[in-house]
Amino acid sequence: MNAPRAHELGMMACHVCGLVCREPAMEDAACPRCGAGLHRRKHDSIRRTWALLLAAFILYVPANVLPIMRTVSLGDVDDNTIISGVVELWVKGSPSLAMIVFTASIVVPMMKFLVLGTLLVTTQRRSRWALRQRAKLFRLVEFIGYWSMLDVFVVALLTALVRFGFFSQVEPLPGVVFFGLTVILTMFASMSFDPRLMWDGPDHD
Amino acid sequence: MTDQTPPTGQGPRGELPEPVVRRRRFSISLIWLVPVLAALVGLSLVVHAWLQAGPDITITFQTAEGLEAGKTPVKYKNVVIGKVNGLELSDDRQRVRVKVALNKSASSFATKGTRYWVVRPRIGLGGVSGVDTLLSGAFIGTDVGDSHDEQTEFKGLETPPAVLHGAPGKSFVLHTDDLGSLDTGSPVYYRRIQVGRVVSYALDKDGKGVTLRIFVDGPNDRFVSRSTRFWNASGVDVSLGANGLKLNTQSLATVIAGGVAFEDPHGPHDDTPAPEDADFTLFTDRSTAMAPPDGPPRYIRMRFNQSLRGLAVDAPVEFLGINIGQVVSINMDYEAKDQRFPLTVGAVIYPQRLGKAYDKLAAKAGLQDGRVDLGRMFGPLVEHGLRAQARTGNLLTGQLYIALDFVPKAPKAVLDTHATPIELPTAPGSFDKLQEQMADIVTKLQKIPFDSIGQNLDATLGELDRTLKHVNGDVLPELKGTLKGAQRTLGSADSAFSADSPLQQNLGSTLEELQRMARSLRALTDYLDVHPEALIRGRRDDPPPAQPSAPATRQGQGSKP
Repeated sequence: MNAPRAHELGMMACHVCGLVCREPAMEDAACPRCGAGLHRRKHDSIRRTWALLLAAFILYVPANVLPIMRTVSLGDVDDNTIISGVVELWVKGSPSLAMIVFTASIVVPMMKFLVLGTLLVTTQRRSRWALRQRAKLFRLVEFIGYWSMLDVFVVALLTALVRFGFFSQVEPLPGVVFFGLTVILTMFASMSFDPRLMWDGPDHD
Repeated sequence: MTDQTPPTGQGPRGELPEPVVRRRRFSISLIWLVPVLAALVGLSLVVHAWLQAGPDITITFQTAEGLEAGKTPVKYKNVVIGKVNGLELSDDRQRVRVKVALNKSASSFATKGTRYWVVRPRIGLGGVSGVDTLLSGAFIGTDVGDSHDEQTEFKGLETPPAVLHGAPGKSFVLHTDDLGSLDTGSPVYYRRIQVGRVVSYALDKDGKGVTLRIFVDGPNDRFVSRSTRFWNASGVDVSLGANGLKLNTQSLATVIAGGVAFEDPHGPHDDTPAPEDADFTLFTDRSTAMAPPDGPPRYIRMRFNQSLRGLAVDAPVEFLGINIGQVVSINMDYEAKDQRFPLTVGAVIYPQRLGKAYDKLAAKAGLQDGRVDLGRMFGPLVEHGLRAQARTGNLLTGQLYIALDFVPKAPKAVLDTHATPIELPTAPGSFDKLQEQMADIVTKLQKIPFDSIGQNLDATLGELDRTLKHVNGDVLPELKGTLKGAQRTLGSADSAFSADSPLQQNLGSTLEELQRMARSLRALTDYLDVHPEALIRGRRDDPPPAQPSAPATRQGQGSKP
């Protein structure tokens, strides 16, 4: 595996139209054909990812502490946080649903934090440890990122559908906003992370 | 970062196009604004929660029924001021400790005098409350007091308070013998409008009565004056009067659930509104309540020497037909001297029920120990024949009542005016009197010597028998002879009176002679009638027969109209 990299050859490809041009000396370069921004790696990737990940993590706290949904049935008001909802589902005899909600709302975001955090740390340290596995992990995070809005969708749908006035009603509570923000920020974080940086370390063998 | 490696290597680099250089991008450090913003939001939440958090209080209840940690709200005037966030048993497991997190704005509720109770559906005879909580679940109700002293441990009320703090109105204290069907929350009526309710009730310390506390809402509390009478409006008053049957109730609810009504007495009375917590007596019904005040009860005693079958405790004591009290005790006594069992009847009388008579008598009798001297009051009356009698009040059931009445010709009795209680002399009742008289008659009848009368009668009859025998033997044959003689005499008399007897013929001729004499006498008188002068002048010749013209003329005259 001694194939040269584009950088070593002083070349750079446009991400949009694929035009290969000389590597610019300056930072802000654009593709001469399509005008798209030219950069070898995602701009400021590590720092952005860190910032977004941190913001997402901070918002994840209120998302879990604050109730996300209020169900009113026959005057019986019930506020649920994510965890209490999971517990209630489990106790009331739908463990499968509880597992789904638990996975979507707790496992996935936590996994994103951990995976992205690990990727960032290892990339910054130019570690060569388990590079292929780390690449797989990153793809996994990108993939499941689309599904982690499940909770928000559930709340939005229920709020829209369950409107029977006094008998039954579902209202969104602030927690769901924080949860949605967390999901969006983690998605941005995983988008801003450039997996190629992992391979930029000392030459692989 | 890592892209500072200089371009190396040859290849087709010379032919490649040169990139266009653009303007510089914005500062890279701006991205850190995102986590800062997130942190700020998080921080604001924390600060908000911290600012919102009010005092934590603990309320103890007998049961946590309907309460849920983290869910049950605490409300004041239906505004949520806190939330139950924990339930636990007290150390001695007697009560439930409910931990409540009050809102910041509700910190004034963690003060002394604040009352907490659980609002849950209550269905009673008097009505239904807390229906809304049937579906929404129980909540803790609050009533705040005046105090500003902080307190975090509260003892919750088991029933909602009937009166909230600061509600306009007044509370009053009622004393009664028994609670009846009243309960906390029972309505208080004034002219059949509900103006208040029973707040609480408790047994008196000595257990001899019940003290009720009622609350009359403003502005109607001004109708409670010093002389207002309260009565228990539970139940139905049925009175049979001269106008027919009367049925009197306050409302259907009171019939079932009980209630208190009040009204001012008729006639002149003190109109000043009663002060807060004024004491009143709760009467059993309206007529008792509206009756003039009884005044202090007095105890009297009576000894009866007859059976008192039909006399029961609570039997009325009447003075000249006016109920002045009731019998409270009937006890038996024994007198060894004459082997009798007198009955001692104790009665409570209310002398003030005698009205003006009492005033006058009392004025005459004077006071003793701060009370009217009953002995001196009754003394003269007893001298004038006042006696207690057990009379039959109802002929069907034989119920007796005690009548204080003036008995004419009663045996003399003296009232011991110094005895306490005074003992009124008694007289046998009317029925007993009748019995006594009957007994008298019977004894008198018994005194008649029927035996000797019979013997005498027997002897007399024997004598009679002998006499009759004598009559039969001696007198009758003689009588026969006598009768025969009599018959003969009658036969000769008969022949003397027969038609052809000379006596008869003589009699006939004599009568004829007499007839003739009578005729000539009539002719004489007729003549004398017409010619009275004949007596002097003698008889004249007969006049010619009378002319028939006189009647004709009379006729002609008569026919002339």
